[in-house]
Amino acid sequence: MPVFDFSLLLHGQYHDMLVAGLLLSLQLLAAAFVIALPLGTVVALLRLSPVPILRAIGFGYVELIRNIPLLAHMLFWYFGAPELLPDTLKERLYAGKVEAISAVIALALYTAAYMAEDIRSGIRAIPAVQMEAGRALGFGFLATMRRVILPQALRVTVPPLISQTLNLWKNTSIATVVGVAELMYQAGQVESATFRSFESFAFATAAYLSVSLAITGLAAWYHHRWPVRTA
Amino acid sequence: MLEIVQTYWLYFLIGQYPNGPLGGLALTLILAACGLVLALPLGIAFGLARVSPWRWLRWPVTAFVFVVRGVPLLMVVFWAYFFLPSVTGVKTDQFATMLIALVVFDAAYLAEIVRAGIQGLPKGQMECARALGLGYGRAMRFVVLPQALRSMLPSLVNQFVSTIKETSLGYIIGLAELSFITTQINTQVFTKPAQVYAILGLSYFAMCFGLSRFAYWLERRLARRTSARTAPAAGGTA
Repeated sequence: MPVFDFSLLLHGQYHDMLVAGLLLSLQLLAAAFVIALPLGTVVALLRLSPVPILRAIGFGYVELIRNIPLLAHMLFWYFGAPELLPDTLKERLYAGKVEAISAVIALALYTAAYMAEDIRSGIRAIPAVQMEAGRALGFGFLATMRRVILPQALRVTVPPLISQTLNLWKNTSIATVVGVAELMYQAGQVESATFRSFESFAFATAAYLSVSLAITGLAAWYHHRWPVRTA
Repeated sequence: MLEIVQTYWLYFLIGQYPNGPLGGLALTLILAACGLVLALPLGIAFGLARVSPWRWLRWPVTAFVFVVRGVPLLMVVFWAYFFLPSVTGVKTDQFATMLIALVVFDAAYLAEIVRAGIQGLPKGQMECARALGLGYGRAMRFVVLPQALRSMLPSLVNQFVSTIKETSLGYIIGLAELSFITTQINTQVFTKPAQVYAILGLSYFAMCFGLSRFAYWLERRLARRTSARTAPAAGGTA
C-alpha cells in the first residue's frame, strides 16, 4: 500500500471538497435538529394528551416513522413526494436544492419520532401528583405542562436528547443516497477521483468521530453540571 | 398501487431468484438474521471484555466500541467495501461486504447491551458465586451471564429490528436487497414513484412493527415473571 499522503488532506482541491462536505453535513445536522426538536415536543404532548384521538395520532406517527429505515424515508421524500405536488410548485422545487430539502425533511421527521419518545419518558418520570396539584390549583393542561412539568422534565430529558442528536449526526451520512454533497458523498467523490481511498475515508472517519466525541462530551458535561434531581 | 403489487410482488419478495441471485425481501431477512446471529457471540465476547477486570483486554475493546459507535454504519460499510479486497486479497461480493459491516457494527452495539445486562444484575450475584468457590470465568458463565442474557432478550429482538433497518444500506453498494429492488421496480413503473416507495415503507413497517410489538410483549412478560419471583424474597428480607 502506498504511503499515507497527508498533503492531499491539508490543501488543494480535494481538501476543499472534503471540508465543504463536512460543513454541509453540519448544516444538515443543524437544520434537521431545529425542526425535529419542536416537532418531537408536539408529538410527545400528543402522546400524553387526555384526548384519545390525539394520543392515537401521536402513537401512529412514532411507530410509523421508527419502523421504517431512514433510507426508505429518504427515497420516498426525494423520488416520491415531489411527484405528488402540483406542477408549478414542483418546478420551483426542482429549480432549487431539492435533494437537500428532501434530506432535511426525512432527517427531521425521523429524528422527531425518536426525540418524542425521549421527551415523553422524561415527562412521565415526573410524578403524576405534580400534574394533579397543578390542575387542582386551577391551571389548564397546557399551562400545567408549561409551568410545572416541562421545567422539571428538562433535566431528565436533555441527556437522551443529546444522544439522539448524536444519532442524527451519524444519520446525516445517509443523505448520500439522494445525492446531497455531504461528507460521505465527498469522501466517495475524492476516492473515485484520486484512488486515495485510505486518505479520504480516514478524513471522513476522523471528522465523524470528532463531532461524535464533541457531542458525547457535551452530554457528560451537562450530566455533571445539572444532575438529575430525585424528588 | 394494487396493480404495482400484482405485477411485481414476486420480484419484490425474492428478486430474480430462480434465474439469478436471490434478492428482495428474502435477502433482507436473511442478511439481517445472519448478521445478528454472527454478531451475537462477538457481542457477548466484547461485552465480557468491557466489564473484564484485566485492563489490557478492557481498554482496546472499549476503544473499538467507542470508535464504531461514533461513526455512521455507512462509514463501516465503505471501509469494508474498499478495504476487505485490498487486505485479504480476495474479491468480496456485496453480500459478504454488507454482512461483515453489519457484524462489526452490531457487535459493538450488542457489547453495550451485554454490558448493561451484566451491570444491571445485583453485585451480590458475582460475590456469592465467588464466595462459593467458583473462579471468575465460571461465576460469569454459570451465574451472571445466564441471568443477564435472559433480561437482554427484548433488547435482542429490538436489535434485530435495527438490523433489518440497517440492511437497507446495502442499497448504496448495489446489493439487491429490498430497497434496491424497489428502486429497480420504480424505474420500470416510472410514473408512480410515491406509490412504489410507499409500498417499500409499508413492507418494512409490517416486519419491524410486528417484531417490536413482540419485543414489548416479551419485556412485559419477563418483568412480570421477575417481579413474581423476587417479590416474596424481598418481603422475606424486610
